[in-house]
Parts: sequence; C-alpha cells; structure tokens
Amino acid sequence: MIARLALLALLLAAMPAAAQTPTSAPTPTPMPTGEAGGLSGSVSDESEWQDLGIAIPGFATDAEVATGANSAGTGALGVSLARVITDDLKNNGLFKPVGPDALPRPGYAQITAPDFAVWSGRSAEMLVHGYVRANPDGQLTVGCYLYDVALHQQLAKAGWVVGAGDWRRAAHKCADLVYSRLSGESPFFDSRIAYIAETGPKDHRVKRLAVMDSDGANHRFLTGGQALALSPRYSPDYGSLLYLSYVSGNPRIYAYDLATSQQRLITQSRNPTFAPRWSPDGRWVLYSMAVGGNTDIYRVSARGGGESQRLTDGPGIDVGGSYSPDGSKIVFESDRSGSQQVYVMDADGANQHRISFFGGRAATPEWSPRGDQIAFTHIAGNLRIAVMSPAGGALRYLTDTWQDEAPTWSPNGRIVQFFRTTKGTGHTAIWQVDLTGRNERRLPTPVDASDPAWGPVRP
Amino acid sequence: MNRSIRTLTLALMASAALAGCAKKAPKSLPPDPVAASSTAADTGMNPAGAAVPGSQADFVAVTQGADTIYFDTDKFDIDSADAASLQTQAQWLQRYPAKRATLEGHADERGTRDYNLALGEKRANAAKNYLVSLGVDAARLGVISYGKERPIALGSDEAAWAKNRRAVTVTVD
Repeated sequence: MIARLALLALLLAAMPAAAQTPTSAPTPTPMPTGEAGGLSGSVSDESEWQDLGIAIPGFATDAEVATGANSAGTGALGVSLARVITDDLKNNGLFKPVGPDALPRPGYAQITAPDFAVWSGRSAEMLVHGYVRANPDGQLTVGCYLYDVALHQQLAKAGWVVGAGDWRRAAHKCADLVYSRLSGESPFFDSRIAYIAETGPKDHRVKRLAVMDSDGANHRFLTGGQALALSPRYSPDYGSLLYLSYVSGNPRIYAYDLATSQQRLITQSRNPTFAPRWSPDGRWVLYSMAVGGNTDIYRVSARGGGESQRLTDGPGIDVGGSYSPDGSKIVFESDRSGSQQVYVMDADGANQHRISFFGGRAATPEWSPRGDQIAFTHIAGNLRIAVMSPAGGALRYLTDTWQDEAPTWSPNGRIVQFFRTTKGTGHTAIWQVDLTGRNERRLPTPVDASDPAWGPVRP
Repeated sequence: MNRSIRTLTLALMASAALAGCAKKAPKSLPPDPVAASSTAADTGMNPAGAAVPGSQADFVAVTQGADTIYFDTDKFDIDSADAASLQTQAQWLQRYPAKRATLEGHADERGTRDYNLALGEKRANAAKNYLVSLGVDAARLGVISYGKERPIALGSDEAAWAKNRRAVTVTVD
C-alpha cells in the first residue's frame, strides 16, 4: 500500500497541473460518480489515477509475416493487440485510454526508444508500446512496454511467447501489466468466465453451459441444451468445470473435463446434488445434497472416488459455500434461523456461526479472493448485490435494481460480476460492478446469460 | 375427519381475519384459462375425449386441479387445503396400485437459484410424506425439484408467484 501510494505521488507530481486529454480523444466526459452511498475506508482506489490519459498505438513488427492468428499479417495483428488492450482498460472504467485507430503508429525501433515529444504533444501521460514477431515455429512473441511520458521513463516491460490462437492472451497480459503497475492492484484480465447461456420462453428456458474470455471473446457453448444446465464453476487450473445437469432426470453435479469433453458424477449418491464449489487449491469439491428434503453441505475429494464428508447437519436448508482464500474457512447460507442468512464455519464444519444481522435475507455468499470482503445477494423485496466484511459488518450495496443475484469475484477481488433478471420477461444478462459501486456495465454475450463464475488468472 | 373439518374451519376463519393479505392466492384466483379448457376436455364431457382410466390424463381429470398444492413464500408445510388435495390424489393412487408418481417441487422466481432447488425438494418431499402417511407406498413415489426453473405462471407479480410455489403430482404412464 505504501509503495503504491508512493508511486501515485510520483505520478501526480509528474503530471501537468491542468492535464489535458489527448488531442485525438473524443470530448472529455467526467468520470461517473454515482457511488452507491456510504463507501467505507476499506476501498482503496477512489482516486484520480483512473483519469490518466494513456496512449496505446498499434504494436510494431520487425517484418510483415502471415500468422495463424489472423488472415492479415503481423502488421494488422499489432493493431488488433493494441485494440484489445485499449478495450480492456476502457470497458472496465480504468483509465482513459486512446487506442491505435486514433494514433500514429511507432516503428519497430521506437518501441524501446519512444519519440516522447510526439506523445507529450498529444498530452498523453502514459504510453504503451509493443511489438509482435512471428516465430519460425508458428508461435508469436509479443513485447509490452509502459512509459511515463513526462518522465521519459520506462515503468514496466514484459514479453510473452504464445500460440497463434492465443494472441489475445498476450494483449490481456499487457493490459494486466499496465493496470497492475499503475493501480497497484493484482492483474485480472487474463482470465475466463463460465456461465449459463439462456434461450427460449420463460416457462421452458433452454440452458447451456458456456465459457468465454473475461472480455467476452473466444466464446464457446459446451452443452447442447437438451438437459437443463446450471451453476458452473471453473476449477482453479481451468482443467475442468463443475456444473449441475438434469441429464439423468434429477439435478446432479458433474465434473466436465475440458480437454476430453467427458463428464463424471462427483458422487455416486442418487440424491440430488447442487451448488458445486471448488476449494482454492482445487483438491476439494463442496456440494449441497438433499436427502429426504433436508439439504446439507458436503465435501468430497476432487479426484473422485473418496468418501463424502458431511459438514452441516441442521434440519434447515444449508446450501452453497465459498472458501476463504487460505482454505481454512467456508462461508455458506442457511435458513436454520427461519430465513436465509449467511454463516461461517471452519473447513471441517466446526464453529458454525451466523454473520449476517441486518433485515431481510442474505444469500449466495462468495468470499473475495483478497479475503477482506464477502459478496452476497441481499433480499428485501428486491434482490441486490452487496458486500460485507467476513465478520458481517460494513454492509454496502453495489447494485439497486429489481433482481440481481449470484455474485462472483474478479481474480483480484476488485470487480463483482452477477446476473440481472428483467421483471416480467425473465430475460437475464451478466453484469459487473466495481467494488466501489462504480462502472456498472453489461457483458456482451450472444444470448441471455446467468450464473457467471469468474475463474482465476490463467496459469 | 372431524379434526380436519375443524382445521379447515379455522383456516377459513384465519384467512377471513387476514383478508387483504391473502397468502394462498391460487385458491382465490380465477382458473387458468388453458388449464380450465383442458380439464373440461378430459372430464368426459366429450365422450370421444374421455381419458383412459388409470392414465395420467385420467388422474388430471379426476383430481380437477388437486394434482397441485401451493405454498407460502419460503414455506413447505401442508395446510388443510393441501391436505384435501393430497387426499384426492391418494384415493386415485390407491385405486391404481400399480401406478407410480413423481412429485415435482417448484419455487417462485423471487429467490436465489440454489436455495430454490433445495426449497423445491423440500416441498416435493412434504407432499410425498403426506401421501405416504395416507397409505401410499413410498416406493411408488419419486421426487424431483425444479427450483425456479419451470414456472407455470409467467408474470412477475404476487399472483403469479403464488401459482409457482407449488408441488405437482405427475403419474407415470
């Protein structure tokens, strides 16, 4: 934190008193300030760094070479890379980037020796340069450099070798580098999202398992829609997905192997199982199982074959569950007190205690990857996304519409994704909002979308 | 029997006292036009359309809406109206002892997905247990929860939600 503040102080000191947006940018618009009331001190980024002007011209190349990544060559790919980076930073409300379509393009030699006069003339405070090279083996080498224009100083650099089909990952890695260096936060763009794609009438929705990159690209349907699919969760290594399917008639949890497209039941019990969750180390699967109408939370080895361990045993509905980042605790929901409320227990089921004590019902708790917050659905008439501390204090709403539910965290714990249902029609869409309550936006999906599950930064 | 009549009377008195905050909306709602017409077709008014005795169509025709019981928000208890419906179902099931049935539990859209799956399961089991208490063999009865995934009323208002908080008995042909 101290290091980050020092960096910001440095940046602020280096900036002109009246910072201009780059001349090629559209008319500057004020940042949205609709904060959802009562921001607590635990939120770390209220500040002006988001107003930084960043120029992201097209990436250069040493030689125009055809690649497996696009129909044009490395030259066109360099522009595409810069566009993806610009969109990452812009769509998430971070910074005010200006992309390659509005900027002059540097030559290959300038990537490591920028012409700072050009960029300070455009009032850019930060400059991203990069290159893309086609390797003889068909892979791509992508370099990414971040410069402080006023200081004429390189702030960060990195390079990656990626398969041609993975070129967007290099762009996300570069966006992560820029974001992390300037904000002090952990990266998150190079990650994927599993969700449920919805079509059809309200009383007979077709629900398919689907996955996509964090920006909606590389979208893929994994199931055909014959069987109702719900509540997916990426494994921490992205090797498999847990999800619920009605394929056998009853709702049951399957582990879907992404390499082989094969799936297996996580427990041979014939009782209905639902609400699957991974432990942070990927070794355990949490699930909820109804036996004779009574639902409890169980834990089983992710490798399969092991005995299930029952973690709750109350007469009410105990369901869901989300591990703390260190794996020592589980936050879950239970109606043992008469209505849905949020509880915390040790990973072995000991020390169960309620933490939500504010009117209404509290459901679908999800522990932040940073450990400091729990996101959940607050139900008091409408369903809203809210956060609280792991002790149950500092309740703060992030959204306020008719029905938002099922929060999932960005890998760095800065953004909460959820899904929104439209009153009457039942249409659904995935939305996200900053932990500050700002930058609420809808994610692009080909059809209606629900049950988002944001995976970690890709290995 | 006396007891159940008394319970019913009490329930009526209670609902009169609570007029204005009707919880069990379905009984006071106008019948669903689609369901009403299909029931009329199956009751044998039209001889050509009479259901085969012992079939699911026959079950629907005989129970006349009592194949479904309704619940209050977040609740799964069997009240006197539900008990009467389940009595009707049990009589039919005892008449056709070879028939099996599935109890489908549902919740309204105003709850979270996983909880509603658990709640639907609980409602279907409540209905099943009541049928078993009336003498229906538990081995004949299956249970499945659809949570909020299969609403029957499509509106987003209390009347629609009341119709969707339900357990439906479907006999297996």
